[in-house]
Amino acid sequence: MTEPVLSIENLTIALPEGAERAFAVDGVSLQLFAGEILCIVGESGSGKSMSANAMMGLLPDLVRPVGGRIVFGGVDLLDKTEAELMDLRGRKLAMIFQEPMSALNPLMRVEDQIAEVYEAHRLLSPKTRAARAVELLTEVGIPDPAKAAEAYPFQLSGGQRQRVMIAMALALEPEILIADEPTTALDVTTQAQILKLIRDLQRKRGMAVMFITHDFGVVAEIADRVAVMQLGKLMETGTADAVLDNPQHAYTRKLIAAIPRLAAGQAPARKEKPPVLEVESLSKTYRTGGGLFSRPRVVEAVKDVSLQLAEGETLGIVGESGSGKSSVGRCLVRLMEPDRGTVRLAGRDMAHLKGERLRAARGSIQMIFQDPYASLNPRARIGRIIAEGPMAHGVARREAYERAARLLELVGLDVSAINRYPHEFSGGQRQRVGIARALALEPRVIIADEAVSALDVSIQAQVLDLLADLKERLDLALIFITHDLRVAAQICDRIAVMHKGELVETGPAHDIFNRPRNAYTRTLIEAIPGREKELATAG
Amino acid sequence: MSDFWKRFSRNRGAVIGIVILAVVVLVAILAPMLFPQSPWRMVQRPFLPPLSMNQYPLGTDALGRDVLAGLAYGAQVSLLVGIVSTVAALLVGIPIGALAGYFGGAADDVLMRFTEFFQTVPSFALAIVLVAIFEPNIQSIIAAIAIVSWPPVARLVRGEVLSLRSREYIEAAILSGQTSAAIIWRQVLPNTLSPIIVLASLMVATAILLESSLSFLGLGDPNMMSWGYMIGAARTVIRQAWWLSFFPGVAILLTVLALNLIGEGLNDALNPRLARRGK
Repeated sequence: MTEPVLSIENLTIALPEGAERAFAVDGVSLQLFAGEILCIVGESGSGKSMSANAMMGLLPDLVRPVGGRIVFGGVDLLDKTEAELMDLRGRKLAMIFQEPMSALNPLMRVEDQIAEVYEAHRLLSPKTRAARAVELLTEVGIPDPAKAAEAYPFQLSGGQRQRVMIAMALALEPEILIADEPTTALDVTTQAQILKLIRDLQRKRGMAVMFITHDFGVVAEIADRVAVMQLGKLMETGTADAVLDNPQHAYTRKLIAAIPRLAAGQAPARKEKPPVLEVESLSKTYRTGGGLFSRPRVVEAVKDVSLQLAEGETLGIVGESGSGKSSVGRCLVRLMEPDRGTVRLAGRDMAHLKGERLRAARGSIQMIFQDPYASLNPRARIGRIIAEGPMAHGVARREAYERAARLLELVGLDVSAINRYPHEFSGGQRQRVGIARALALEPRVIIADEAVSALDVSIQAQVLDLLADLKERLDLALIFITHDLRVAAQICDRIAVMHKGELVETGPAHDIFNRPRNAYTRTLIEAIPGREKELATAG
Repeated sequence: MSDFWKRFSRNRGAVIGIVILAVVVLVAILAPMLFPQSPWRMVQRPFLPPLSMNQYPLGTDALGRDVLAGLAYGAQVSLLVGIVSTVAALLVGIPIGALAGYFGGAADDVLMRFTEFFQTVPSFALAIVLVAIFEPNIQSIIAAIAIVSWPPVARLVRGEVLSLRSREYIEAAILSGQTSAAIIWRQVLPNTLSPIIVLASLMVATAILLESSLSFLGLGDPNMMSWGYMIGAARTVIRQAWWLSFFPGVAILLTVLALNLIGEGLNDALNPRLARRGK
């Protein structure tokens, strides 16, 4: 076998005292060979990003490597001084990050930012730098590269920004590219394009790529070899096929089993139930800015959307960011005022209630929020968080707390949680509290807005199971808003696809995934990472 | 709570501040016992220098009054004015800021223009005018200081509420059918407490300075001995009797410094994420 370009030997990184564990990375050994893509997979807190940052000398102040070596070109990177590392960074090792907006300087033109890479290493003349910037932008496939070079980051889309980041990383033709969750912040269709771009560039240049991700779908798309990490330790390494098809370690098996399957089941023939929620031509337009001398910016977030939700049914609303799917959800619960249209909930029009009558009606439609850290009041105990709703609707305090205790049990938490504060719980547990809170008012309809998107895949699977179970037991009608088609496939009976504020297709989940009629739905489904591999295995 | 003290006591300046303030508070409380006679009473010959008589270690002023007794009773006035006027300013500023931030729109515009009206007038000038219009006594001084110091509170609370307003837990509270009053009182305000406490500690310091400045100009309560009055009365004889303005000046300096140090310590302890680097 050939020499690895980079080898991590027994790397150990200590966390400051008082952290939840002693070592962020604990005795990890990895080898990266030229011309391969090595994916490091793990859930949040597994130490995957720390390992990459150690290579680049980008560890936070109080976190330091205490053992092991990172050997690159015959020398240990951990011994290098800051000045020596500075020379290597960019020239030999380059990195791209998760959030391209915050990784780019918002006040600098794209071409200047690329030129800066050469400037930092005192290469090329100012004129050739600008020309080279355009060449690189062409190579990463930005439409109209000459114009993009003149643009500021905010004038580009998320995908284009990530392409700029890649162009910067490639500017000095590094031997190793480290990509830390580079597609996590992107929409699924953009993600597919960026993954393809990284793979094409890697093939063309024979670079070694270390790709850090939490998403096994992405791994299936791009990886040659895979390393699985958990809590700072390396669990398993192997070729992509070996790890994905025949995982050896129990943790890997658990992770892979937790990935929602794409194949939506053929919905069992169910009796036609009466609709509980009927939405008719709902519209919402945002107007921002606009003063005496400027025209306001007008965005039609929701255009003439009509939906029906039957009792006990789960309807998925899927779409990319900016498709208006969240706006629909917020209009339904009246966190946002719809401009036009009716929302009939059990025969009553929710869209035009006001004041006290709206407040009284709110109990029948509830929401589960996305961010388990922002959705619970940090200064309130769990019991109060759940009991507050019923109490606002006139339930006696004792009874409300008793109901809270029952609900905590229902969502799989210990009753003792009632007297504890949110910060004592993990993200998955907090999301369970959020579900209990939504159930406390015994609503007819629950809207889950990206309710599992912020969770790790194994926790995500548990919460999805909980939702499916509750739906069955309580006969809930659920609207599930998500950008993740795998999640939608697993939990939804019917799916509505949104694109630029319009509903482009609605139908049973099985039909949407297997016989999409709309062209946009097709692109969306084809872009799901890991789909081809899954089809091949299933086929 | 113990965690709070641990973080607070890590800031050595804050601990020193607490010690100084504790001494000032103690002196203020014990003043009637330590100096049973009125601080206005003439006890010795005028201009007795410090340390010349054991009974009057800080000497006497131009009318033969005990300087040390004056300092002790002055501590009462300073603390009273500082604390009461700050509480009054909070009682005005917090509701205005909370309502403006929570409801936004027209309510925000009206309340903020009203706040700006007070902010545009120089605060010390306004305080002088207010005290001069009313009769200079302790109530009117406290009222004047409260009136000029609430706008920053309203601004701060409005900003905090604006950022909390869009949090998911506030939206969840709206959805659960709670009234706006309940949401502001139970969900929003408890989460704005930390910066308010920090600001309040600094406001007490500013209020003490303001009261001293007013008394210095002769706009103090004529029946209450205050540090500012002592300095004001001593300014004509500063060359003959330096101690008359020096000791009250040191008292003001130390008290205000202590409050500022405490404010900084509170900031470190209450906003651990904004604290200096490192955990």
